[in-house]
Amino acid sequence: MSNPKSAYNIPTKKSKSGTHIIVVWVDNEAGVLARVVGLFSGRGYNIESLAVAEVDAMKNISRITIVTTGTPQVIDQIKLQLKKLVPVHKVADFKREDKNVIFKEMALLKVVGNRSKIDKCLKACKTFNPVILDKTKKSVVIQITALRREIDKMNKKLKSNGLISTSRTGAIAMTRGSEIFK
Amino acid sequence: MSKLYSGAEIVFKCLEDQDVEFIFGYPGGAVLPIYDELKNHSSIKHILVRHEQGAGHAAEGYARSSGKPGVVLVTSGPGATNVVTALTDAYMDSVPLVCISGQVPTHLIGTDAFQECDTTGITRPCTKHNWLVKDIKELSKTLHEAFRVATTGRPGPVLVDIPKDIQFAKIKYTKPKKEKKSNGKLHNNFSQDEINELVDLIAKAKRPVVYTGGGVINSGPEASDSLREFVRMIGFPITSTLQGLGAFPGDDSQFIGMLGMHGTYEANNAMHDCDLLINIGARFDDRITGKIDEFSPKSKKVHIDIDPSSINKIIKVDLAIVGDVNEVLKAAVKTISQKKNGFKNSNKQNVSKWWEKIEKWREKDSLGFINSKETIKPQHAVRRLYELTKNQDTFITTEVGQHQMWAAQHYKFNKPNRWMTSGGLGTMGYGLPAAVGVQIAHPDKLVIDIAGEASVLMTMQEMSTAVQYNLPIKIFVLNNQYMGMVRQWQELLHEKNYSESYSEALPDFVKLAEAYGCKGIKADNPDELDLKINEMLEHKGPVIFDCRVDPNENCFPMIPSGKPHNQMILGPNDKKDNKITGKGKALV
Repeated sequence: MSNPKSAYNIPTKKSKSGTHIIVVWVDNEAGVLARVVGLFSGRGYNIESLAVAEVDAMKNISRITIVTTGTPQVIDQIKLQLKKLVPVHKVADFKREDKNVIFKEMALLKVVGNRSKIDKCLKACKTFNPVILDKTKKSVVIQITALRREIDKMNKKLKSNGLISTSRTGAIAMTRGSEIFK
Repeated sequence: MSKLYSGAEIVFKCLEDQDVEFIFGYPGGAVLPIYDELKNHSSIKHILVRHEQGAGHAAEGYARSSGKPGVVLVTSGPGATNVVTALTDAYMDSVPLVCISGQVPTHLIGTDAFQECDTTGITRPCTKHNWLVKDIKELSKTLHEAFRVATTGRPGPVLVDIPKDIQFAKIKYTKPKKEKKSNGKLHNNFSQDEINELVDLIAKAKRPVVYTGGGVINSGPEASDSLREFVRMIGFPITSTLQGLGAFPGDDSQFIGMLGMHGTYEANNAMHDCDLLINIGARFDDRITGKIDEFSPKSKKVHIDIDPSSINKIIKVDLAIVGDVNEVLKAAVKTISQKKNGFKNSNKQNVSKWWEKIEKWREKDSLGFINSKETIKPQHAVRRLYELTKNQDTFITTEVGQHQMWAAQHYKFNKPNRWMTSGGLGTMGYGLPAAVGVQIAHPDKLVIDIAGEASVLMTMQEMSTAVQYNLPIKIFVLNNQYMGMVRQWQELLHEKNYSESYSEALPDFVKLAEAYGCKGIKADNPDELDLKINEMLEHKGPVIFDCRVDPNENCFPMIPSGKPHNQMILGPNDKKDNKITGKGKALV
């Protein structure tokens, strides 16, 4: 009984929380992102990462991908509350463990150092589709695409090899196979 | 070529096409073009309030008592920020409001111009949706969409922010097209299977209870008729939330009173011990459920609601029916009557033992209080007010606090839309402006604001509105000189440290009434109470009634915080729990 003088309920046991990727299709209009993000902050839901861009210029539709954690009850509320927003068309929810869904994040890594350090970095990035976007004698900018935790790992690992700056996107998601989410 | 209209004209064309009769508003720089246009539209009457919050609450009172959306018109900046409380209140209690706010001209937006504020930003979390109209071409479409969003599905407030240059700009006007379902925001696609399941549960139940809420009222007067038919058919006990009062007659024997924190002993015990709980248009609010883990532990739960996000939000239910209350109840009634072999009779036998138990709880008379010959007890005052007004079609509004609970407990409502109170947000100062709005919608009916002296002072300025429009509202102030509910919590939970809950230097309400140009009446003796109430009722104009009541009275029964329904504190009349202070402290 944490606060016996409260007029409110005392929270008791909580069910297990899991990571979900919520994809929201919205009308691309002024303030729509604020509505979605405001719903999360206002109701105390958490946002781990966020990626937004227009995906259909004709129909004016943007796709928002949000990585969030919560108990099943909270995830349900997130979906239902999102669906109530007027500019929201549809809401999809994927579990991070879901094998039928591809999740990817992109990162730009700037490495400054001598040849051998740069080579070490490139080697380490090998499994994450590295693309060299810029190269000088002392530096390189590498683009990689990977899972969030893989980028987290690279971010740590390359520090000693001259990684001085990281820029990364939020996760985006797509189902495997020919089906699309309706 | 068709005629060109200014933005301001289009605002009125839209309001006319939406059959709006009244706007509650307050002028200012950024809405002057709209105010200039007002004179050309005789079918729309503007009610000038004294503060924008008052406009919002008046529109709420209008909407709740008439079933039509309330329309508010305010200026930019402070006009818009003042109306935020009312919008939030309407959002919490699902009241349809359309608020039109002026904004600085589009080229000045973002420059910190005079009376500029980010209105759509500020009101985003307290409206169903809002719009900033930056293009005159969007104006009529947006306004019609605003009315649609406010009134469909679970109703609520919306706001349309119109920059001043848009109000001057000219364009053709197109009438609204026939409703097209947009974005699937209407949820009324329950299935017959779900109804059958509900009917099965009803047939099997031995200890059922029906728990209704504001959704029944919002579904329209027909929904109350359907509810009455449904409940009488199945013979179950019915309880109601604060917002649902009036949907089922308060003096009916099947009605076991309001439930929740200050609900009756029988209603809360029935909720706790039942084996079937049918929630119709309520949302398992924390004032209702008490301790969630021990909420109605033995029951199957059914939830009928138009808002899918209300389902499983607080309480997991076994059967969810997403739809309009009236439609669902009509379908249920139809299905029950189609069943052969006297389903009704056998079912009523099933629950007869349950009723016996409920009658035992009822004998506790949990709303009882010790009356006094010396001082007016607030409960007694509300009961006398009820007795003296029950023969007319009376509309009651309230402020927030002890008086609100006493009104809910002791005034009996027999029709929907007769009870307007701020439940979700708990806005002190709601009742007086709401009474203004109710009286506008029902000019010939008796409208009473049962008030507390602290609450009513928050929006007292609206008395001036009532006087201006000859609205004979009666402000029945239960004056105990305390913020009563605060004082009660301090007594029970904070060792009687009455920190800042006593109002010193209260005004003389009789003189205050006279200053506003209306009648003031004061009563401080139980003997003269009836006489004075009658004097108030007979007076043709607005009245402030200063009813001096016992300042130390507490509102019982009460479920203390973090406790389940079956552990209530009863009033001082109950011998077993007479050690209220000692036990109350230990309980909470």
